Amino acid sequence: MMREITYTTAAREALAEEMARDPSIFVVGEGIGVRGGNFNTTQGLYELYGPMRLRDTPIVERGFVGMCTGAAMTGSRPVVDFMFFDFILDSFGELFNQTSKMQYMSSGRLKMPIVLRGCIGIGGSSATHHSGSYYPIFVHIPGFRVVMPTNPYDAKGLFKTALRGDDPVLFLEHKSLLNVKGHVPEEDYSIPFGQAAIVREGTQATVVALGSMVRLVEKASETLANEGISIEIIDPRTLAPLDIDTILQSVHKTGRLLIVDETFAPCGVGSEISSQVMEKGFDDLDAPVMRLNGLHTPTPYSPALEAAVVPNAQTILQSIRDLLAE
Amino acid sequence: MSEEIAKEQALTLWRQMLMIRRTEEQLAKSYAGGMIPGACHTYVGEEAVATGVCAHLRHEDAVFSTHRGHGHALAKGVPPREVIAELFGRVTGCSRGRGGSMHLFSPEVGMMGTSGIVGPCILQATGAGYSFKLLGKDNVGVAFFGDGAMNNGAFHEGLNLAAIWDLPVIFVCEDNMYATEVPFAYATKNQDVAARARTYGMPGYSLDGNDVLAVSQAASEAIQRARSGGGPSLLHCKTYRTRPHAEGMRDAGYRTPQEVESWKQRDPIVTLKAKLLAQNLAEEGDFEEIESDIKAMVDEAAEFAKNSPYPDPATATEHIFSV
Repeated sequence: MMREITYTTAAREALAEEMARDPSIFVVGEGIGVRGGNFNTTQGLYELYGPMRLRDTPIVERGFVGMCTGAAMTGSRPVVDFMFFDFILDSFGELFNQTSKMQYMSSGRLKMPIVLRGCIGIGGSSATHHSGSYYPIFVHIPGFRVVMPTNPYDAKGLFKTALRGDDPVLFLEHKSLLNVKGHVPEEDYSIPFGQAAIVREGTQATVVALGSMVRLVEKASETLANEGISIEIIDPRTLAPLDIDTILQSVHKTGRLLIVDETFAPCGVGSEISSQVMEKGFDDLDAPVMRLNGLHTPTPYSPALEAAVVPNAQTILQSIRDLLAE
Repeated sequence: MSEEIAKEQALTLWRQMLMIRRTEEQLAKSYAGGMIPGACHTYVGEEAVATGVCAHLRHEDAVFSTHRGHGHALAKGVPPREVIAELFGRVTGCSRGRGGSMHLFSPEVGMMGTSGIVGPCILQATGAGYSFKLLGKDNVGVAFFGDGAMNNGAFHEGLNLAAIWDLPVIFVCEDNMYATEVPFAYATKNQDVAARARTYGMPGYSLDGNDVLAVSQAASEAIQRARSGGGPSLLHCKTYRTRPHAEGMRDAGYRTPQEVESWKQRDPIVTLKAKLLAQNLAEEGDFEEIESDIKAMVDEAAEFAKNSPYPDPATATEHIFSV
């Protein structure tokens, strides 16, 4: 029987295996050395590879992102571990004006093999500086791959692809998924970017669920199945590139589409999917494309307020019912 | 050092400075003639810095530069024809027409890019130093930046990281006294830049940036130290740009004509020539020969650029990703 390991263990295995294979990979971050990472992302690796490859940094996000950009241009393969993804905001200028543009500006003569990983998502009263997701901003900018695995199998397979490629990759790990267990084979495998997963097959409506929303939508679909309602669930797995074809094929079958995303609606991934489906699959639609997003607000602390800003089992069920009633 | 070697080295430096100067003068002329569709920041007056530092670099050493970067690209080995063609927006330019004056890339010779943003080159050179140390190479990362970068966070973060990890990086501050038009003296309380280096725990050099021999000597020492594991250094080179911030820009209101004139008297090309003549290390004929070589090279380069095709519009979205 295939073993079960947690999401974090799966991602760490991918990193450990690739570091063993490729001596040019190194990791930077705050507390990723001896301590093994706040989220255990590098546990046990410092003992194997030492300080040059597991590099604890001062708290200088702009500094180490700029540094890793230069490192990626000169033959090494940095992994930046932001711990909380919110901290990436201090390095936006380096990322948007430098990291993402070097391959283009050098007309492909430079490569940019850099992985930017961090934990995203609302929960645990983390409040507004430790709850951010922000991935739509990176989808907007040319030059980034944006990867958001939702289970241990995908975490390992997508991380391998990120570490073996030559492009800047954002590898986003939702905090609520880190201890989730799942089947992960012992043997080597990787998952290509741009291939969505059909999490559940169905006929009456398509729900594209992002990140932690996949599990909530699965639960809702079970409730609906008991009522005889058949929902198809798609997990894009990578937002850039986005596998729009799988979504279009599903909408062709179901005629209805809802996008469920924890983060903000304006100019979001749901807006983009909605536009593309309208442009390329208008004749397949039996109802307007709908979105369910977290509220457009900084993330509050109190559990009572925090719960109010993210989609939950009830709002997801209601949104699907509303879509079916259209 | 034998007299013969000293002469040869000095004339090589002089030749390199002149090559930069004549290329820049050609670019200024081409800008006025409408051949350059975007910005053009010349390096006229500052040639001694790039020349003195790059004289000690190999192609495998990585240079990261700033918006005033033509001189760095040329000194690092990008041919004038590729620089001129790039500013003309041609496909034969060093960035294949994607960059212009502020984005000169030629990784083949270790020119890892000039930049339109002040500061990032400091961090990227630090990263190159990290790569070289990790991969066990004896190469160095070099950042050229102006006084305008000295008060940017990237300066603090980059120098600190290079210092705590003993990275092979040379930080070269080209202090031309003005961040566009804002005087360094206004923007900075403590103007002892070399002292800042010592604050971070690395050697700092205060140099006459118009004296190519002084720059070259300090750079040689710093680069040798970096290559042998001795960590980073900061070179503070006081110099001056004698043309406006960018071609076509107003050049008044923030500095006086007298000031510009006084720095022209300290022109690095003129002063080196006078020194070599006075010391009987070279003769007029040596300089005339170089002048005529460089003129032919730059004329040919401009002609090449003018006759080069523009990039194919169908390629506008190529190379965003590696695959």
